[in-house]
Amino acid sequence: MNDVRLLIDFGSTFTKVVAVDLQKVEILAAARVPSTVETDITIALEQAIKEITAKTGVSNLNEKKSLACSSAAGGLRMVCIGFVPELTSKAANLAALGAGAKVVGLFSFKLTSREIDEIEKIAPDIILLSGGTDGGDEAVIIHNAGMLAKTSGKINNIIVAGNKTTYDAVKKAFDNSGKHVIFTKNVMPEIGVLDTAPCNKEIREIFLNNIIKAKGIARAQEITGEVIMPTPAAVLEAAKLCAEGVKGEGGYGELMVVDPGGATTDVHSIAKGIPTSAGIAMVNTLPEPYVKRTVEGNLGLKHNIDSLSEFTRIKKIPRNFDEICRSFHQGHLPQNPEEVACHLLLSRVAVEVAVTQHVGRLEKVYGPTGEMLIQYGKDLTGVKTVIGTGGPVIFSSNPREIMEGALFQPENPLVLKPRNPTLYLDEQYILYAVGLLAQTEPEKALLLAKKYLKPI
Amino acid sequence: MSKTPTIITGTVGMDVHVIGTKVISRALRESGFKVVELGMQVTPEEFISVAQETKADAILMSSLYGMAELDLKDFNQKRLEAGLNDILLYIGGNLVIGRYDPKEIEPKFKALGFDRVYPPGIDAEIGIEDLKKDLKARGKM
Repeated sequence: MNDVRLLIDFGSTFTKVVAVDLQKVEILAAARVPSTVETDITIALEQAIKEITAKTGVSNLNEKKSLACSSAAGGLRMVCIGFVPELTSKAANLAALGAGAKVVGLFSFKLTSREIDEIEKIAPDIILLSGGTDGGDEAVIIHNAGMLAKTSGKINNIIVAGNKTTYDAVKKAFDNSGKHVIFTKNVMPEIGVLDTAPCNKEIREIFLNNIIKAKGIARAQEITGEVIMPTPAAVLEAAKLCAEGVKGEGGYGELMVVDPGGATTDVHSIAKGIPTSAGIAMVNTLPEPYVKRTVEGNLGLKHNIDSLSEFTRIKKIPRNFDEICRSFHQGHLPQNPEEVACHLLLSRVAVEVAVTQHVGRLEKVYGPTGEMLIQYGKDLTGVKTVIGTGGPVIFSSNPREIMEGALFQPENPLVLKPRNPTLYLDEQYILYAVGLLAQTEPEKALLLAKKYLKPI
Repeated sequence: MSKTPTIITGTVGMDVHVIGTKVISRALRESGFKVVELGMQVTPEEFISVAQETKADAILMSSLYGMAELDLKDFNQKRLEAGLNDILLYIGGNLVIGRYDPKEIEPKFKALGFDRVYPPGIDAEIGIEDLKKDLKARGKM
């Protein structure tokens, strides 16, 4: 009998299921059903599994062995708090993004009661509290712990990842607050050092043990295996696996994944990003993470089309541009040639801007020996693989045109985008599935990616 | 002195012009300070961690090669995060390339967190008198 594995993504709009034959490393069938998280998550799931059964003819699918990820019910919403914006706040932000979270608020310095009100209104799933290097500043994190302790029951899960010397005081501040407080290692233990892995692990644990239950996603586990991570984390896991490969099966090497969507455009890079030309100095307040995820919250093809269309105005825009943008915002999908052209242009701009924000840049300064170049962020000019995923690229008539927005532009030589990569398309929408499968069968997962990622 | 303040000295970044800091370190010791002499090519991060470790009261930096502004770009944020909001920061030397008016440079370095900014060739005694005055004002000597 074939070993068939179901890989499931509970999205906010669609519940996606893909059935993979592990022996042949082959997609047997895929199904996409409107999500039913608001009522009962299992309705859509059962329907999708029924579709899969009909398509494959396999009646005894082992649902319990399936793996699932979720971005339903708003995804994993986090607020990050640090001391200095460029340091611990940024470190906390990077840690949350790397765990697949949606960062819905970012705060620095001592919190005010007004900011606490704002945080209560946001009502995030998890708060990540950092501040101070180990042995460094104590006042800010202790103050902020005291402020958070006074919040209502809407604020529950708090991960503390700051100056470890303050932990006794922070613990005391939360005494009798009734909050679920987890202490882990500092995201920035010393100046210039980023340590997001322990924090990442705690975020996943809370997601697994608390959040999915609170959002009704855990009900799916009556049918399936565990919902193990947020969907963006699954995509990041897939990117990591594809870059690094496994023992005996090489990966693609350093790469970038670009994922434009309805609300945001995500960019992931698995690359060191060190300078590729001689004589360039790097200046980074914080080191750049090797596995880096950025999310452009104002670049979406549906929900954030207003800001996206503003970026597009510097280009030659088609007739009826504003009208068409409005219709996309209301959920209309492109049909006539004018709309298709408009959608293509918007997607291209989303990729262009998001990748420009993600990659590093060079700046000229004048020193004793004349002009010098200083690099901020990651140099990704040498990256040889760029993968496009997400509806706007996958369902486009011209994915290459969109993905070329990720490429180095000679007219902007100081922006360090990939110069000459091979562009791939995740045409079967399987990156999340690859990331899930990577947790148990990394080699099969890699082979699956290699089979279904198509050069364009 | 009732308390003996601890002072860190060194040249910042890739600068190797170490003589000035040697002179000032010696003058500081002769005036009764405890001096942690880091010598040349000290990174901003080293200044910060040594200050944390030694509970230093002031850092006296020197830079003669014109790159101080770039070397110290995020220094103020970093030292705050490291809990060094109360430390005195002095800098002196050729702080930018070429001839310049010290008055124009001073606000730039004040914005980077420095309490006092000196042009090149200043007498060590002047700096030490300022230091004593500032430390006394903060109740540190």
